[in-house]
Amino acid sequence: MTGASAPVAVTGLGVAAPNGLGAADYWAATRGGKSGIGRITRFDPSGYPAQLAGEIPGFDAAEHLPSRLLPQTDRVTRLALAAADWALADAGVAPESFDPLDMGVVTASHAGGFEFGQGELQKLWARGSQFVSAYQSFAWFYAVNSGQISIRHGMKGPSGVVVSDQAGGLDALAQARRQVRKGTPLIVTGALDASVCPWGWVAQLASGRMSTSAEPTRAYLPFDRDARGYVPGEGGALLVLEPADAARARGARVLGEIAGYGATIDPAPGSGRPSTLRTAIRVALDDAGAAPGDVDVVFADGAGVPELDRTEAEAVSEVFGSGRVAVTVPKSMTGRLYSGAAPLDVACALLAMRAGVIPPTVHTDPCPEYDLDLVLYQARPAELRTALVVARGHGGFNSAMVVRAGE
Amino acid sequence: MTERRVALTGMEVLAPGGLGRAEFWRLISEGRTATRGITFFDPAPFRSRVAAEADFCGLEYGLSPQEARRMDRAAQFAVVAAGNAVDDSGADLGGIAPHRVGVVVGSAVGATMGLDEEYRVVSDGGRLDLVDHRYAVPHLYNFLVPSSFAAEVAWAVGGEGPATVVSTGCTSGIDAVGYGAELVREGSVDVMVAGAADAPISPITLACFDAIKATTPRTEAPERASRPFDGTRNGFVLGEGAAFFVLEELESARRRDAHVYAEIAGYATRSNAYHMTGLRRDGAEMAEAIRVALAEARMNPEDVDYVNAHGSGTKQNDRHETAAFKKSLGEHAFRTPVSSIKSMVGHSLGAIGAIEIAASALAMEYDVVPPTANLHTPDPECDLDYVPLTARDQLVDAVLTVGSGFGGFQSAMVLAGPERSIV
Repeated sequence: MTGASAPVAVTGLGVAAPNGLGAADYWAATRGGKSGIGRITRFDPSGYPAQLAGEIPGFDAAEHLPSRLLPQTDRVTRLALAAADWALADAGVAPESFDPLDMGVVTASHAGGFEFGQGELQKLWARGSQFVSAYQSFAWFYAVNSGQISIRHGMKGPSGVVVSDQAGGLDALAQARRQVRKGTPLIVTGALDASVCPWGWVAQLASGRMSTSAEPTRAYLPFDRDARGYVPGEGGALLVLEPADAARARGARVLGEIAGYGATIDPAPGSGRPSTLRTAIRVALDDAGAAPGDVDVVFADGAGVPELDRTEAEAVSEVFGSGRVAVTVPKSMTGRLYSGAAPLDVACALLAMRAGVIPPTVHTDPCPEYDLDLVLYQARPAELRTALVVARGHGGFNSAMVVRAGE
Repeated sequence: MTERRVALTGMEVLAPGGLGRAEFWRLISEGRTATRGITFFDPAPFRSRVAAEADFCGLEYGLSPQEARRMDRAAQFAVVAAGNAVDDSGADLGGIAPHRVGVVVGSAVGATMGLDEEYRVVSDGGRLDLVDHRYAVPHLYNFLVPSSFAAEVAWAVGGEGPATVVSTGCTSGIDAVGYGAELVREGSVDVMVAGAADAPISPITLACFDAIKATTPRTEAPERASRPFDGTRNGFVLGEGAAFFVLEELESARRRDAHVYAEIAGYATRSNAYHMTGLRRDGAEMAEAIRVALAEARMNPEDVDYVNAHGSGTKQNDRHETAAFKKSLGEHAFRTPVSSIKSMVGHSLGAIGAIEIAASALAMEYDVVPPTANLHTPDPECDLDYVPLTARDQLVDAVLTVGSGFGGFQSAMVLAGPERSIV
């Protein structure tokens, strides 16, 4: 079934996160409150004001990818190619059994292959333009993951790439859902980001929102009275979307449904107008045909920056009532993964629904003014049918997505 | 429920040699070219040394000194073009709920110019591996993530609805407008400010295209460097700029007596799943995108009055595209005029798709097909009617415009003239 309101199912997950490579490891760690945040190992961070990140340990690209792909890919693309493989395997999909035009790839990106770009910029300025790699023209740009995944799996259907900072991950899932509803039987969608390299680090520091704490348990504290900024991380998730009826017809396991989506952008700073986050949430609920009372858990954006935490808490309280809905921030265990964060939260919500537990927010001592029912320190058993995922990006991007459990 | 249709009611173009839609149209309808030897920096170390540079400075177009400082050149193009497009539409955005006004900006390479300049400083000319954050400009994060372009445009026009950047390489412009049209059609917004901008004329861009010989090495007569479909073509000429549009539901545009340039009648994108930069000769995936876009527009190939080609001027693109037109349009491919404005304004990567949509809409507005400049030498592999050198007066009521990009993206859009939209 296609059409503007046809149900769209998630049938596969591919996860690469700082606290777990693969959906099973990620879920075990996340449910158990295990954080992947630590001191940066990929370069010496001692000269920088922020030194912690959520790095993915133990990812050896050569174990997962053909050697010919390695010279032409940034770390982010290697992670994305591996995650796409895992998502398709998890969905029980053999791409060669589909018509190539019936499969597409829609990803979000934040910084493209930034580490690759640093290497080539260095060659350009230190050695000369003739030393710049033939792969630079595509290895760094924002479309690289969609392009490489489509090539690897022979996916010729509608593809796309969106960039809306940390909100982009949900915008990609929404665009993928749109394409499925318009008639494409399978879309690989989501996002991964990875720019833990000195040039990426310096560019991220310019946000002014990164935590300078050196203590992994005290650095990123969303909704905490001592919130002091965020810790970035690398990774994210890719999902397989299919029309729900077609997925069931092929005997696929339906993890859940992308039921609703809304997006807004905040007015210009200094305009005096309020944040539009609550509107994004309400549009997403309307789109899902859900009332606030139907939502069992909110996977919050959890910026970890006091003024942003406050506007998010206010929006959640206004839509759901103060303390009326469980709220969690599992990304407190991964750091903020930019466009990778929200697809990972959607994956986490689906895994939580299956397990019947809400994963915790770690390390936060909640600011009582926010009046949120935060799930703290350890997982909380709960019957979960409907979850809301919130993602907010630098510049005021707000996206919200309603996810429903599979049967 | 009748299907919502999408009208293009406001337009602005900032292109090399054509800053403003009127000047842009004069340039391309007169067949003049804006390519020249690069002046932005010393191009001597590079293989390709020509570009279509725009004599544009945001400060001269109303940006404040601080706005100009925090925005990459591409963002400046975007903000100025978007604001002028809204003015041109005559739409009173203040009369619409802000969350029903969305923004989409296409850009292939984001703030690449700003990143190149800032990298050079924080690395001290490439000397430092551990680049020095103390030399970074405070707005560097806005260069890192080009969604800052969408935020700037939204703030400038007062939109508070969905906002994003679409970044699908050289099809970004078509794909951004296609994305915006889809949001209007599905009813997620009432108005979409949609367009694309890129400003890639920087050393790193030149170097990376040099490395794969995608840009022309021709240095003599830079005004004749961009030669789509010509037998002597040997690479594209980099350009820069922006085009923006106001998209709204057709009936409500008519109710407010808006000037409708065109209806966005059909759009599709497909991927070749073949190579990040290479193209198969047969053009099958672009042909598929064209077929789907025509079907969405409920048109037959014979309805297409003009094909606005990607026509980049690389050996492989122009024959790939010619094959795609034959495969999708059949015999009509030989009868309909096909032209590439990249011969005049260069290839501005993500921006050009939007600039070409503007050219397509203006072709319908004036019933003139813009020419392919610099086309003197026939190529047996490119055997369609490419409208060489001189514009052609003819009725233009439906235009097909296409794009092809790194990553394998192939996109097609069908625009219908307002007369056609009445039926």
